[in-house]
Amino acid sequence: MTFYIARRLLWTIVVVACVLAITFAVFYLMPAGDPALRFAGKNPTDQEIAQIHHRLGLDKPWYVQFGKFSWRFFTGDKYGWPGLGYTYASGTSVKSLIVARAPRTLLLIAGAATLWLVTGVAIGVISAVKRRSAVDRLAMGFALFGISTPVFWLGLMALYIFWRQLGWTGGSGYISPSDSITGFFSHMILPWVVLALLYAAFYARMTRNNLLETLGEDYIRTARAKGLSERRVIFKHGLRASLTPIVTMFGLDIALLVGGAVITESVFNLQGLGYLAINDALQQDLPVVLGVVLLASVAVALANLVVDILYAFIDPRVRYG
Amino acid sequence: MTDPGDRLLLDVRGLTVRFPTSDGVVQAVSDVSFSLSRGETLGVVGESGSGKSVSNLAIMGLLNRQRTAIAGEVLFRGRDLLTLPPDQLRHIRGKEIAMVFQDPFACLHPMYRVGAQIAEAVRAHDDVGKDRAWARAVELLDHVGIPNAKSRARDYPHQFSGGMRQRAMIAMALVHNPSILICDEPTTALDVTVQAQILELIEDVKREFDIGVILVTHDLGVVAETASSVMVMYAGRVMEYGPAREIFAQPQHPYTWGLLDSMPSVERRLAALVPIDGSPPSLLAPPAGCPFHPRCRYRFEPCPTERPDLVAPVPEAHPDACHLPWDDKLREGAKRSVDRVGEAA
Repeated sequence: MTFYIARRLLWTIVVVACVLAITFAVFYLMPAGDPALRFAGKNPTDQEIAQIHHRLGLDKPWYVQFGKFSWRFFTGDKYGWPGLGYTYASGTSVKSLIVARAPRTLLLIAGAATLWLVTGVAIGVISAVKRRSAVDRLAMGFALFGISTPVFWLGLMALYIFWRQLGWTGGSGYISPSDSITGFFSHMILPWVVLALLYAAFYARMTRNNLLETLGEDYIRTARAKGLSERRVIFKHGLRASLTPIVTMFGLDIALLVGGAVITESVFNLQGLGYLAINDALQQDLPVVLGVVLLASVAVALANLVVDILYAFIDPRVRYG
Repeated sequence: MTDPGDRLLLDVRGLTVRFPTSDGVVQAVSDVSFSLSRGETLGVVGESGSGKSVSNLAIMGLLNRQRTAIAGEVLFRGRDLLTLPPDQLRHIRGKEIAMVFQDPFACLHPMYRVGAQIAEAVRAHDDVGKDRAWARAVELLDHVGIPNAKSRARDYPHQFSGGMRQRAMIAMALVHNPSILICDEPTTALDVTVQAQILELIEDVKREFDIGVILVTHDLGVVAETASSVMVMYAGRVMEYGPAREIFAQPQHPYTWGLLDSMPSVERRLAALVPIDGSPPSLLAPPAGCPFHPRCRYRFEPCPTERPDLVAPVPEAHPDACHLPWDDKLREGAKRSVDRVGEAA
């Protein structure tokens, strides 16, 4: 088991190193435009541009740039560890920017993930147990709605109905829980629900299908033949075996949202990490984009690690295999 | 000796199972009747799809009642299991009637320890603590011949060999000293040497606990070794039913003859094997008359139109479902007379 975890951990480090190289290549070697132009003001002279290039280190060969970039990343810079440099736009450190925005995204994900896991799995189980009943059809209809509805439309509709018309919730924007806990919840409830809806629909469908498949297994028949109650057959024997793929999906979905909740963040004006990345990508503020991309990739790599370890706990065949 | 009625465990009358599907109604089991007493091993023989497994699942109440139409009576000590409410049936299942399934690789839950799965069966019907249940599981694993039962109980099923898994399944079935043990092709998935051990174990268990065993198989050799009575099934119907001694000494039905002709044995050379032509009929639309007539080498006028009843052709014979005259049955059956390997008591 220890060996298994150590091996996975080593792989995670390798993956992060690869991601570092690829993101660097994408953003530094294939720039969509010269970032120096943004600093140079109107009608810059060639000399001014060269000066800016020199200041940003862009006049060095790519391997020197990559070496410096990796070195800074792993050993830290004057803003601390990991060294992500400073933004082109304001000269503030990328790290402080990310640290400021990360809680918004992480809290959005945490709330939504809890919601979708609980509702998705619950709906899936009910659907599977009451297969082909009205409840099942209703649940799967909901799932289809959730999967096929665009998040931006759902978000805007939710804001219009629950904030503008009914006034039950707060509007767009982010309120830190340290400022006002009720304000935080009233502003987060809609983004949570809207983001969770899509995933809950997926999870309900997946749970239903997995559970139905598992309930057809021979060991479920054995469990029934023992004289166990139907409740125990479904929850202890059925759900346990259906849960493994769901755990995998859950870990990866959460990780992907670290940099990927852009639409929800935009609709509700939460200004989290995804929003930051998109905004700065449009302004070619490369260090910021790089920082967010790295953070998101590390999140995915770590989630993979956690999922692999959890998997070994859930399924003994992995542990001993 | 006790009154013979006291030893009667199971009396199945006119069991009929239908599966409605989008293609039509599958007539899986039609009008099957048999009985089982203590100390008896009933061998149920037939090809795949002959309804042998489905009959037993129906007896265990393991068919989905909403998606199956089941008729007839399954009297277990006088109580009809088919009309029993599910929560009462649950108390008989695993306690009074236990079942061992075909594929031991798929029948144990891959994510729970073997001991825990047996302990769970203990606690399903007995209100005992976890430690007591675990101790009982270890005791049973030891009883069915698992070496180092105490430590092997902590293993997961994938750490067991096929034969050990089947032993574990038998241990699980024996938890509550059931009076009926249904074994659905218990040796099909196992090596030949392990097969013999498992059959021996089932026989030992039967004798030790004085229970009735239903042994479902497509292997007449297995039946010849262990069964005291035999029921031959084809297309969901009983073709021939009687004491094993008679079935093997004087088989009466052409289908049984076909099974015997196609059964390899040590003495018989491969070239001498005669397979039954054709394949079993679709149970969506079984043939009119005798279900076996399209494949039968002895068919004559009445076979395609009149279905033969399961009756004894002469008082001293056992019941069969065939139109052939008794003289023909006597003559052809004598050609197939088999010396049984081990005569069951």
